[in-house]
Order: sequence, then C-alpha cells, then structure tokens
Amino acid sequence: MSDVKHHIADDLLAAYVSGALPHPYAIVVASHISMCDECRVRHEAQLAVGGSVLETLETTEITADMKARVMDLLDDTPAKPAIRVPRRQGIYPGPVVEALKGGQPKWRSLGMGVKQSILFAGEEGSVRLLYIPGGQAVPEHGHNGLEMTLVLQGAFSDEGGRYGVGDVEVTDEHVDHVPTAEPGPACICLAATDAPLRFKGFVPRLLQPVFGI
Amino acid sequence: MVALSEDLKTPKPALSRAARRASDSNAGGTTLTDRSAEDREYTEQTLWMLAVRDKRDKAAFGCLFDFYAPRLKAMILRNGISGSHAEDIVQDVLLTVWNKAGQFDPQRAGVSGWIYQIARNRQIDLARKYNRPVPEELRTEDRTEEEAGQILALEQETQKLKRALAALPEEQREMVEKAYLGELTHSDIRNMTGLPLGTIKSRIRLGLDRLRNELKDLR
Repeated sequence: MSDVKHHIADDLLAAYVSGALPHPYAIVVASHISMCDECRVRHEAQLAVGGSVLETLETTEITADMKARVMDLLDDTPAKPAIRVPRRQGIYPGPVVEALKGGQPKWRSLGMGVKQSILFAGEEGSVRLLYIPGGQAVPEHGHNGLEMTLVLQGAFSDEGGRYGVGDVEVTDEHVDHVPTAEPGPACICLAATDAPLRFKGFVPRLLQPVFGI
Repeated sequence: MVALSEDLKTPKPALSRAARRASDSNAGGTTLTDRSAEDREYTEQTLWMLAVRDKRDKAAFGCLFDFYAPRLKAMILRNGISGSHAEDIVQDVLLTVWNKAGQFDPQRAGVSGWIYQIARNRQIDLARKYNRPVPEELRTEDRTEEEAGQILALEQETQKLKRALAALPEEQREMVEKAYLGELTHSDIRNMTGLPLGTIKSRIRLGLDRLRNELKDLR
C-alpha cells in the first residue's frame, strides 16, 4: 500500500502506543498501520521512544523471590497462545476482523443506500463500518470531537481532499464535511468518533439514539 | 507458535563474536555475517535477547529479568497499580518476552522498545475488558540471515534518541515521560512537541524493507 497519501500524525501514534488513545480510535490506528508501511515505521519509532523512557526510568525494588518464581515458569507451556495475530480477511484488516469477532458485518440501513455496522460503542466513543454507494454523499455531519475515517474499499472526497484505500482522514469538531463516495464500487470505511455524529441530513437527530449514531 | 518451536529445535547461529561470547552456549563454528561490524558490539540487552531468542538461554533471560523487572515495575506502579499486582504484570510481561522471543526482530526494534510494547499491551488489556487492537504482524516463519550492520545502526539511532531525551529541558523531558507512560490524554499529547525522529525512522524503514523483500521472496 505504498500509495497511501493521508497518514496518522506522530502525536496520535504516541497516544496509541502509550494506551491513552480511546479504544475506537485505537482500532482505526491499528488498522491503518496494517495497511500503511509509512505509519508502521513511524509506529515503531514511537515504540523506540517508549523503550527509551522505560530504560531510563528510576528502578523500583522487586520482591526477593520473584526472579526464582519467574525462572521456574520458563519451562511451562503458556496456557494461552502467546501470539495473537489478527489476520486480514478480504478488505478487512486484522484489527477489524478481530472487532467483528470473526463474523460478518451486521449492516443496518441509514437510508439512501447508506449502511452501517457498529463494531464497538462505549463510553470512550464508537467505531463503525460505513457503506456508501458509489456517487452517494454521506449527509453533512458535525461531530463533537475527534473523528477518524479509514477507507477500506473505494474512495471518497470531501473538503479535505481525496481519500482512497488505506487513507485516513482525521477531523475535529471544527470541521463540517460532506464526504462523497466516488462513482463506481461502494465506498466502505472504518469510522471512529468520541461522540454521536450530528447528522444534518436525512436522519433526524431524534432518531440518533435508535441508530446508535 | 510455529516460529517459536522452530527456534527451539534449530538454534540460529550467533550473529557476531560478541553474541557468541555473551552466551554460555557451546554452539561453535558460528560465522560472522558482517565483518565490518566486528569492531563494534551490540548492547548487552540485544545480546541477551538474541541468546534468549536463538538459544533459549535461561542465563541470558535472567540478565534481561535483572535489567527490566525493576523498570517495568516502576512503570506499572506509575499507573496507580498496587505493588503485588504490579509484580504479577511484570511476571506476565517477562514470560511473554520468553514465549514470544521468536518475534523479536532486531533489524526493526530495540529490545527496550519491544518490551515496552508488550508491557503497554498487557497493561491496557488488563485495564479494559477487551483486547487492545494491534496491527497485523509482518513476519517470516524462517528467519533468514540478519545483517549485523543494520542491527548496529538501529542501535546507534536508539542510543542517539536516548541522549536526545536526556538532553531535553527537565520540564519537557517529564512531559515525554508522562506521555509514554500513559499519563497524558491524547489531546494533551497532540499539543506536545515531538522528538527528532527522522533518522531512526529511516533506519527502521530499511529494516522493514529488508523484511518486505524476504516476504516477497518467500511467496
């Protein structure tokens, strides 16, 4: 995916490696890294900073017998598989496959051919798959906070530019944008927000709790 | 797990004279992959980690334990976790280091960064009820020869990064520390000035390109 043009900034990658980034965004970041070597490199650079911080921390004393206990455990077979490797399935990168828990997206119509499948919704925000038919606009929507949208299939354009497969758009509450899917195959995106989207178009605001958007 | 058991069966040759010396293994007849690297040496941490990965060397693991356990505990305590629970997490992390050693790729990551990642993942998994999302792994089942020059160059960049961190004004250094220990929110981090990461990125990029080439050749 060397043709990815829209990346994730270092500060968000730092928040991701430290664990400060809320879960919905972390799914988008992990997915983007899976699709973008540039950000894989930058993610690993962030880990190097984290490693340097760890290395230079003032040490804390550990219990005297702890080392012996751990050494004794080395020959045990780990109870759980030590390696959790999410794998890509079709257009869905590993972290999305994991969020789908191995199943298929459960699409629900939002009208005008637009569909969504919510992967996670909690206090930290929500992350969903959005399906936008070719040529169709997503209704104008503001949002209260950070929004991250990663293209998995097709492409969309809005005031911020053109976003193709692997590109991620990061916007904040100051942006009211109208993403429009390119003509052709449907555009499928992974979108995370920390707040309910405020659609101004065809889904009345009263219905937002019903749709979970 | 396949990669791990392969490692158990077929220890890889040590990468350098230094790696040979640091290990208590009697695997003789190892060859140098990069003679120009002979006069430079890997850090102790890298030597220990490679001995653990390639020879399942418990003495080397003991050295890793001595170095990292007190630091990992300090990091975990900073996140408000109590002493005995913190040690449970340290234990988990270090056992993961032992069990996942086959995934350590010194051409792309330093030991501390790799262990930092395992520790953060573990802490976040415990703090939340769901698993932390992680990127897809890039790895080869059979590790081909690693280039000592690349590993050493990445180590140099990591040392430079550590020096840059130490040279920051106190207040800024504390901010960086807080950020990477998960004590700042993502919006706080967004307003933080970053460290110069350009050269370490170029170096990691070379390590990744090597791996990409290997993956391509395997297909």
